[in-house]
Amino acid sequence: MSDHDYRPKSKVGQWFNDRLPLLTLANHLTDYPTPKNLNYWWTFGGILTFCLITQIITGLTLAMHYIAHADMAFESVEHIMRDVNYGWLIRYIHANGASMFFLAVYIHIFRSLFYGSYKAPREIIWIIGIIIYLLMMAAAFMGYVLPWGQMSFWGATVITNLFSAIPFVGEGIVTWLWGGYSVDNPTLTRFFTLHYLIPFLILGLVVLHIWALHVPGNNNPVGIDVKKPSKDTVPFHPYIVIKDGFALLMFMIVFAFFVFYAPNILGHADNYIEANPMVTPAHIVPEWYLLPFYAILRSVPDKLLGVVAMLSAILILAVLPWLDTSKIRSAVFRPLYKQFYWILVADVLILGYVGAMPAEGLYLLIARVATAYYFLHFLVILPVLGFKEKTLPVPLSITEPVLGGSTNLAAARNKESKIE
Amino acid sequence: MKNLFKLLSIIILIFASNSYSFAAEKVEYLKTDWSFKGLFGKFDRASLQRGYQVYTEVCASCHSMKYLSYRNLAEPGGPEFSEAQAKAIAASFEVTDGPNSDGEMFTRPGKLSDKFVMPYDNVKAAQAANGGAYPPDMSVLVKARGGGVDYIYSLLQGYEEAPSNVSLDDGVYYNKYMYGNKIRMAAPLSDGLVEYGDGTNATVEQMSKDVTTFLMWSAEPHLEARHQMGFKAIVYLIILTVLVYFSMKKIWSRVESEV
Repeated sequence: MSDHDYRPKSKVGQWFNDRLPLLTLANHLTDYPTPKNLNYWWTFGGILTFCLITQIITGLTLAMHYIAHADMAFESVEHIMRDVNYGWLIRYIHANGASMFFLAVYIHIFRSLFYGSYKAPREIIWIIGIIIYLLMMAAAFMGYVLPWGQMSFWGATVITNLFSAIPFVGEGIVTWLWGGYSVDNPTLTRFFTLHYLIPFLILGLVVLHIWALHVPGNNNPVGIDVKKPSKDTVPFHPYIVIKDGFALLMFMIVFAFFVFYAPNILGHADNYIEANPMVTPAHIVPEWYLLPFYAILRSVPDKLLGVVAMLSAILILAVLPWLDTSKIRSAVFRPLYKQFYWILVADVLILGYVGAMPAEGLYLLIARVATAYYFLHFLVILPVLGFKEKTLPVPLSITEPVLGGSTNLAAARNKESKIE
Repeated sequence: MKNLFKLLSIIILIFASNSYSFAAEKVEYLKTDWSFKGLFGKFDRASLQRGYQVYTEVCASCHSMKYLSYRNLAEPGGPEFSEAQAKAIAASFEVTDGPNSDGEMFTRPGKLSDKFVMPYDNVKAAQAANGGAYPPDMSVLVKARGGGVDYIYSLLQGYEEAPSNVSLDDGVYYNKYMYGNKIRMAAPLSDGLVEYGDGTNATVEQMSKDVTTFLMWSAEPHLEARHQMGFKAIVYLIILTVLVYFSMKKIWSRVESEV
C-alpha cells in the first residue's frame, strides 16, 4: 500500500507523525483504494456509522434528563417530551434511530449475503459484524425497556425469562439478571447501565470492523479480487465520500419523515401506558426488527429448544463463511444461489410477519415451515450448492464489465474464466 | 440511479409490510377531518379550548392528566388561552401545598406552575370510586391506544344497546368500539351536556371531536412545532441531496464509471 511512503509536507507534521502516525492514518483513509464498481448497496456501511454516532449523541443528551428509577422513568420520559427544550426531537430521533439502524444493518447484512462478502479473506470482518449485530440487539432491547411502559416491562419479563430454560441453573440466572424476584427497579438500573455501555463497545468493534476491512479491501459486485491501486479502484476521497454522502442524505430524508411525521408508527401503543406488573398486555411483541427471531423462538414447542433455535439462527451466521462452499463470491455469477437468496429474503420477511401475529393456527404453521427453511438454507442448501451449481464465467477484472457499459456482464460471459 | 429506486421501493415495502397495528380489529372507526394531520397539520385553537372545557367539566371528575401543568394551556401550539385566562383557570383549583413553617399541609389556589389537579389521591382511591376500574390518566391516552384519535373519537360515540346475546354485569356498558365491547365507563357525553362559550352547538359528535383534539394536544404538545420543523428539515435535505448529487456526477465524471 502506498500509505507507507507517505510523509507529511510540513516540519511540524513530520515531527508529530514520527511520534504518532495519525497523519499516515488520515492519508491511508483518504487514499484507500476502493473498487470503482461499488453500487449503492455498499453505502450502508457509512450510513450505519452515521446511525451509531446519532444514537450515541442523542442518547447522551437523553441520559442527562432521564431518571432510571421504576417510579420515575416513565414520568421523566414525559418530562423530556414536554419540558426539555427540543426533548421531543431528541427522543424521537433516538427511538426512530434504532429502527433506522436496524433497517440499515439488515440491508448491509443482506448485501453481504448477496455478493458473498463474508467469504475468504473477509471472514473476520464478517464475524465482527455478527458480534456488532448481537450487541445492537442487546442494546435495542434494553433501550426499549427504559421508558418503563407496558411493553418495556413485559418485553423485559419475556426475554429475561428465556434464560430460565437453561437446565438446573436457569432460574438462578434469571433471579441474578433481575436483581430480585421479578423485573423491577434493580433490573431497570442495570439495563440502563448496560444500555449506556454497549454503544461504546459497538464503537470499538466498528473500528476493528473497518480495520479488518482495510486489510483485504472492499469486496465488489463482481466479487473478484482487484489489484490496489489500479484502474479498477478509485481513492476513497472524494469518490466514495461523496457517493456515501449522497446515499446518506437520501436515507436521512426517510429518517426525517419518520421522526417528524410518523414518530410513533414503529413503536407499540402499549408503551405509552406506564408499566404495571398486575396487568399483562393482550399481545406481547418485540420491536419489528426482532420479530423474525421471535417467530423462530415461538415456532418450537419446547422452551429450551426454542431458545436454542433462536440463538442458533443468529450464531449460524458466524460460521457462514464455512457453510458456503462455493468459490464464487457474487450471486451475479451464481444463477441458482441467486434464486435461493431471494427465497431466503422472502423467508425472513415472512418470519417477521408471523412474529407479529399471535402464535396459533395457520400463523404457527407458517412460522414452523419458515423456521425449518431458514435452517435448511444455511445447513443444507448452501453447502450442497457450492458443489452442484454451474456458475457463470467470471470476468478477470472490474474494468471489463464497467467499460462494457452495463453491469449484467453479457459481454463478460464470453470471456474465458480463470475459475472454470 | 436505477438501483436507488429499487432500494427506495424495498424500504417502503419493508415498512408497509411491517405497519402492523395489532389493535386494528375488524371494526371501522368513525372518521372525521382532523386539522392536525398532514404535513402542515395544526390544531384548531377554538376546538382545543372547547375540548379543554369538555375535559375539565366532564372527564376530569374521574380522569387525571398528571403530566400537564396549567401553564401549558397558555403555551404556543396549544389551546393558547391568554396568560390571564390560564391563571384564572389555575386559581379555580385548590392545590395542596406544604409543609409550611409549622409543618402543616395547607391548600391554596392553583398557580400556572402547578400540575393539573388529580380527581383522586391515588390509583386505589380511583378504583374504589369506580367499581374497581381505574379511569386511565389522559395525558398520553391517544398515543396509548392502537387506533389513536379515531379510536377515542369513535369510542365516545360508540355506546349502544347491547345485542340480546350479550349479557352485561352491573356497571358495565356496551360500546361497539371498545376491545371486547364491554366498558366500565358509562356514556360520558350527551347532547347539550356542556354550554360552549363560543356558541357552538354541543352535540355528542362535536364534543367528541373537541375533546379528542384536546387529548391529541395533551399527548403531543409540540406537534405543531414538529410539523413545521419537519417540513423545513425535509426541504433542506432534498435541496442538499440534489446539490450533492450533481457534485457527485461531476466528480465521478473524471473516471469512466457509472454512479
